[in-house]
Amino acid sequence: MSAATTTTPVTTASGQPLTRPPSGKLRDWATRAPLLPALIFMVVVTQLPFVATLVISLFDWNALYPDARKFAWFANYGDVLSDPDLRKSVLTTVVLTVTVVLISVILGLALALLLDRKFRGRGFVRTLLIAPFLVVPVAAALLWKHVLYNPEYGLFNGLLHLVGGDGAPQPDWVSNTPLMAVEASLIWQWTPFMMLILLAGLQSRSPELIEAAKLDGAGSWQIFRYLTLPHLRRYLELGALLGSVYIVQNFDAVFTITSGGLGTANLPYTVYQSFYQAHENGLASAAGVLVVIGSIIIATFALRVVSSLFREEVGRA
Amino acid sequence: MSATATVPAGRTQTATATPEGPRKKNKGWLGLVAWLVGIAFFLPVAWMALTSFHSEEDAATNPPSFAAALTLDGYRDFFGAGGGASPWPALINSLVSSLGSTLLVLIVALPAAYALSIRPVKKWTDVLFFFLSTKMLPIVAGLLPIYLFAKNTGMLDNIWLLIILYTSMNLPIAVWMMQSFLAEVPVAIIEAAQIDGARLPTVLTRVVAPVAMPGIAATALICFIFSWNELLFARVLTGVVAQTAPVFLTGFITSQGLFLAKVCAASLVISLPVLAAGFAAQDKLVQGLSLGAVK
Repeated sequence: MSAATTTTPVTTASGQPLTRPPSGKLRDWATRAPLLPALIFMVVVTQLPFVATLVISLFDWNALYPDARKFAWFANYGDVLSDPDLRKSVLTTVVLTVTVVLISVILGLALALLLDRKFRGRGFVRTLLIAPFLVVPVAAALLWKHVLYNPEYGLFNGLLHLVGGDGAPQPDWVSNTPLMAVEASLIWQWTPFMMLILLAGLQSRSPELIEAAKLDGAGSWQIFRYLTLPHLRRYLELGALLGSVYIVQNFDAVFTITSGGLGTANLPYTVYQSFYQAHENGLASAAGVLVVIGSIIIATFALRVVSSLFREEVGRA
Repeated sequence: MSATATVPAGRTQTATATPEGPRKKNKGWLGLVAWLVGIAFFLPVAWMALTSFHSEEDAATNPPSFAAALTLDGYRDFFGAGGGASPWPALINSLVSSLGSTLLVLIVALPAAYALSIRPVKKWTDVLFFFLSTKMLPIVAGLLPIYLFAKNTGMLDNIWLLIILYTSMNLPIAVWMMQSFLAEVPVAIIEAAQIDGARLPTVLTRVVAPVAMPGIAATALICFIFSWNELLFARVLTGVVAQTAPVFLTGFITSQGLFLAKVCAASLVISLPVLAAGFAAQDKLVQGLSLGAVK
């Protein structure tokens, strides 16, 4: 894809109507040309910095001592993997992602099934349920940290006080269960997202098929187990995968609610901290590369699922 | 909506035809459950809204005061009456960077999606996967080089840098979504336009865009929401001048209860554009979030 070969065909694409077919090669380029701006943009803005991160990860480089920068092979990776704090942040990332995705998918499925039924005010209830997903993540995190979790005047302890009187327990949520505090706020934000995707899936079921099953005497559970669930499979996978991609990268909630303290620092927060506060460029880059490797593991799985989804689509067309 | 409305009607018909008393009863009960869960999920937002209209004193009581007098002090404080920085520059920066990058995404993604959906390139699924795979590349993976680049070229604290980065953040999803929306544009009308001698830009703006408008709108909405919400890039790459609204909000992280009403007012004002857009375009949001997988 050198620049020299692209320049002529681009003018062909816009300069000639496609109905006058040029030679095969030119025609190929004419169909590819509209893709190029997006491709080049993505390579320059996302791939080049990543290559730079790879290179920096091989250097022993503290930004405060630029003169002491030296090539260190894979020493940074050794440091990252042997540092108990960093190892812990790997574990935290996994626990956080799995917990949030799993619970929000299950809750989202339950809510989608509820909202798939017709009842009075269904549209309004859906609007209420979407709200958490539409609150800016930093604002949502602030809301949970100050307005809900605060041990002295937060809503949670206020409600406990209201129900249990003066002797009611008044836990300090963030200090006692920091990771759960972060998870709860994220589950609250992501359940509506899962609900929306699964609701779309439910509403694309064929009503005739369900009618037919009912006439054959199938019960609600049988319809759910053998018709609804298989139909929802790709929507469940899509929701789980998109959720994973975003929650592996979560920065806002960790940064806002605990500032990475109390064992809640995940990899993105650790990378941010090691270069933004500790100025350890080499270490931060190595940790960043490790985040990518983790994401590639998820992505490989993700792309396989999406490509099977895709084959179905092509098969139908 | 009309299609979904007819389905339950058919269901009730069979329900009356066959003796299914208990299920009918179930339905009302589950509707109530849905209402309760909906209210539970909305409660934090409602409480945030109520608190934003309380005085700081009433906001910080335990047990909570539901009937306290309402006041606009929280909003006055947020907009700078009580001293402190004005949020307007940050709000304007957010608006400029979100709208700017959304526009840029559409300009770049539309031709790409067109090439991928209407005139498939050989190995076109590979190209699509490349786009999607860049989305799997975490932001932190390229953050440091981008920071160093910006620092050395004087681009730090510059709104244009954010626009470019938000574009790269949303472009993969936009291409992916739009190619599935554009696949529904009938090829015949595109070919007709080409026979009339229309060139690519004309085909895109006059033929493809009007037909695929709902899909394009859904894409734009989602790109806007993700850009408006973004914190990590903005936090690392902006300072005073190009600070965005989420970065402005991080100023409240350590603030204690004295400013509870102000925190709530700030959170609500900054979430308002996304809340309004999301509520107004719920169906589009659903369509877009399922990445066009819903047909």
